[in-house]
Amino acid sequence: MSAILAVLEQRDGKLRGVSFEALAAARLLADPSGTVDAVLIGPGGISTDGLAAHGADRVFVIADDRLRLYQASAYAEAVAERAKAGAYSAVVLAATAQGRDLGPRIAARLGVPLLADVTALALDQGVVATRPVYSGKALSRTRVTAPSCVVSVRPNVFAAVASAKAGTVTPVPAPADPGRAKTTQVKAPERTALDVAEAAIVVAGGRGLKEPANFKLLEDLAAAFGNAAVGASRAVVDAGWRSHADQVGQTGKTVSPSLYFAIGISGAVQHLAGMRTAKVIVAINRDKDAPIFKVADYGIVGDLFEIVPRLTEEIKKLRGA
Amino acid sequence: MKIAVCVKRVPDTETRIKIGVDGKSIDEAGVKFILNPYDEFAVEEALRLKEKAGNGEVVVYALGSDASQETIRTTLAMGADRGVLLKTDTPSADPLPAARALAAELKSGAYDLILFGKFAIDDYHQAVGPMVAELLDLPCVTAIGHLEVNGGSAVAEREVEGGIEVVELSLPAVLSADKGLNEPRYPALKGIMAAKKKPLEVKAVTLDAGGVTLLELALPPARKEGRIVGEGPDAVTALIQALRSEAKAI
Ligand SMILES: Cc1cc2nc3c(=O)[nH]c(=O)nc-3n(C[C@H](O)[C@H](O)[C@H](O)COP(=O)(O)OP(=O)(O)OC[C@H]3O[C@@H](n4cnc5c(N)ncnc54)[C@H](O)[C@@H]3O)c2cc1C
Ligand SMILES: Nc1ncnc2c1ncn2[C@@H]1O[C@H](COP(=O)(O)O)[C@@H](O)[C@H]1O
Repeated sequence: MSAILAVLEQRDGKLRGVSFEALAAARLLADPSGTVDAVLIGPGGISTDGLAAHGADRVFVIADDRLRLYQASAYAEAVAERAKAGAYSAVVLAATAQGRDLGPRIAARLGVPLLADVTALALDQGVVATRPVYSGKALSRTRVTAPSCVVSVRPNVFAAVASAKAGTVTPVPAPADPGRAKTTQVKAPERTALDVAEAAIVVAGGRGLKEPANFKLLEDLAAAFGNAAVGASRAVVDAGWRSHADQVGQTGKTVSPSLYFAIGISGAVQHLAGMRTAKVIVAINRDKDAPIFKVADYGIVGDLFEIVPRLTEEIKKLRGA
Repeated sequence: MKIAVCVKRVPDTETRIKIGVDGKSIDEAGVKFILNPYDEFAVEEALRLKEKAGNGEVVVYALGSDASQETIRTTLAMGADRGVLLKTDTPSADPLPAARALAAELKSGAYDLILFGKFAIDDYHQAVGPMVAELLDLPCVTAIGHLEVNGGSAVAEREVEGGIEVVELSLPAVLSADKGLNEPRYPALKGIMAAKKKPLEVKAVTLDAGGVTLLELALPPARKEGRIVGEGPDAVTALIQALRSEAKAI
């Protein structure tokens, strides 16, 4: 019989998919008899559609146009206030750029432990969390001994679940003063492409692509899938072929898509750190001894310049059918 | 400009991780330790800000065992002025106790800026910087890839999904450094020699117990044996087949 607080995330007033994942993880910790409350911070008029269907018993909405962008200190204060009021046994958020910033602030305000970037959760004499450490080369399993904790869950790991609940909505007044650090804008990238950390399918390329223009091959493949993003190894990001926003790996993003293509990527440990929790990994490489084949579920040995266009054709056919 | 930088000693990224006999720590035999790569960006930024201001001090803090002195010396060789080791041999699986110990030490330092790395590549908490900021009630921007400081205020940029957040803040403040903030310098021989004579204070600290117990540290389950479906473009058919009927991924 515990109560859990899920922190939802919005962008431009729309709920992000990870919000439902946070709810799913919260539901897991609440066990069937417990309650899951949600807190949603965003601009005036923000919609709470879908939250009841995804398991929220109560939704606390803090809506103010000054909170349209992520304002760290106002958001942290709002969540911490709600957490204190509800005496929750856990506060759950998604380990996105926002969640990774917000989680530790809430934990420090509440004086409770933080379990960051968690990939598995269980209830066993308290919250037991599994999280990748040492660049994903080890997994740490910890049990919370404090009465409460803050948990951030790795995106794409906890699947959203349908679970109809009351979903009563309570507006809460906003602590909208951004304080001494104010987000003034979010500079949009030139492209409006899907982010690698959020995409269900990632098509990643490395030095094997030979030159930047050849990434067109991967963009075509991603477009054929429709729900794919193009990722990159550090080698090609450092060479200036791709933006750092696309980099997968230890010094780039951590991704857990349902399908990951490593194309012309050798599979260095630092690259693996960012993608080894992908559900299915496909490697295309002309070197049959490339380390990437050790983690790949499926591999094709050969010249990517011949293989990728064929793959794109086949995917187009499938999707068209 | 008075700047503090918090740095951590971590295993090199190339290290093969072996789990120790206790099942709760790594086997350190043969492991090479380095200055956390993200902390290198923080140290570099501090040095550049001090150089630009034309005066000031860069003080480096590390919390850890005696071995962290070597890590501090590396930053002194890069150009930091002095170091402080908060000595403890009992690490915590909860980042808050470390943040509390660092905050208690930094509190009276009258720093204009306190810099951290975005995360430590061993524990991946991405937490100690913003926790210290909260404990000291200072404005904080994490994972910054760009920074401009003008007197008592600054503009920082951080990469988020689908864009770059621009944050205006006032000093004193806490920042954590992402890759791309700068290109860290290598310590020159002269720096290495000078570092030996720079002050390095050692203070014993006791961490509070924190709120989590480490149950186990384990290697990730091996991914189930994969297979090469074929060679060349003709293997695409077999791949699609496998992805559809076997993996149900498309
Ligand atoms: C501290 C640190 C952090 C790092 N962080 C990251 C990180 O976040 N992400 C990351 O990716 N790396 C990271 N690295 C770098 C990493 O060690 C590797 O150098 C990098 O991943 C290599 O990139 P690559 O696979 O694209 O290039 P390469 O290693 O050069 O591999 C290219 C591959 O393409 C194949 N190939 C060539 N031509 C063809 C063709 N025509 N058809 C098919 N295959 C072909 C080759 O066989 C080869 O396997 C980091 C390194 C360090 C030290
Ligand atoms: N033991 C430590 N001593 C000094 N600084 C630390 C320590 N642990 C973490 N930090 C700092 O906090 C940052 C984030 O670490 P973490 O929250 O552990 O991922 C690191 O990049 C360091 O700047």
